[in-house]
Amino acid sequence: MMLNFFDQFMSPVLLGIPLIALALLLPWILFPNPAARWINNRLITLQGWSISQATHQLFTPLNQGGHKWATLLISLMIFLISLNLLGLLPYTFTPTTQLSLNMAFAVPLWLATVIVGLRNQPTIALGHLLPEGTPLPLIPVLIIIETISLFIRPLALGVRLTANLTAGHLLIQLIATAVFVLLPLMPTVAILTASVLFLLTLLEVAVAMIQAYVFILLLSLYLQENV
Amino acid sequence: MADKIVPVAEKRLVDVKLGELGSWLGTRDFTPNGILASIRKGHDRYYNKYINVRKGGIGGVAMLLAGYVALSYVWEFEHLKHDRWRKYH
Repeated sequence: MMLNFFDQFMSPVLLGIPLIALALLLPWILFPNPAARWINNRLITLQGWSISQATHQLFTPLNQGGHKWATLLISLMIFLISLNLLGLLPYTFTPTTQLSLNMAFAVPLWLATVIVGLRNQPTIALGHLLPEGTPLPLIPVLIIIETISLFIRPLALGVRLTANLTAGHLLIQLIATAVFVLLPLMPTVAILTASVLFLLTLLEVAVAMIQAYVFILLLSLYLQENV
Repeated sequence: MADKIVPVAEKRLVDVKLGELGSWLGTRDFTPNGILASIRKGHDRYYNKYINVRKGGIGGVAMLLAGYVALSYVWEFEHLKHDRWRKYH
């Protein structure tokens, strides 16, 4: 019998349709468009307010050119936050645990920031490869190091999101199994473990939101250098 | 007073009697456009009743999420049924 813990990351199929399709569509349904009214209902107003707060906070450091990316990056952030949080509900599937999906978000967006930088201001973009004030003998080594760090960025973006979410889900499942197994044997230890599980769930909610935010923040930083 | 006689095709599902179910299904539009239209109408009815209200609360979204959890359970059942008497997880 194979271990079951990793099976939660396999997308189950019903009638030939994988659950990942439904999981990817759900955030679209959860965020309705504002109606063409002067004042919307309470939920839509709340949604609009929080989105504009996030946009303001993320895009104030960027210049005008960077503001063109606001729609793309903020909608991506809402998508990632909702995918992460929905994955914490029981029996649901989290698409962001799949490395393929996260790399599909990270690589094209990172590449776009690099290409935009190289097209519009090639000297400045290449100049980022050498930090100011480096001593003369260190320059060749540092350029190589900075180039490597530039190319590792998409890998880091994708793997960071995948690893955080996968590890969180696995921990929740492991500790929950421990609580179940311990409950008939040693109830006190089970209660202690259950409190650990509760705290872990709170952490996971926070991690879900933070990871999405970090993804977008880093992309906006890469954009800031290049635009 | 007796109810007005309405043709089966125009009745809503809650008014259709069990015996008439077969003929009612026969009048429904099962083309892809028809299915999309029915999904859109169902979504609009739910949205306008529970979410697009002046002082909406957590209930509308919570029902949607509970339905999503139930649907995920059904979708994964083939997979989950092995967990019941498994010795090592």
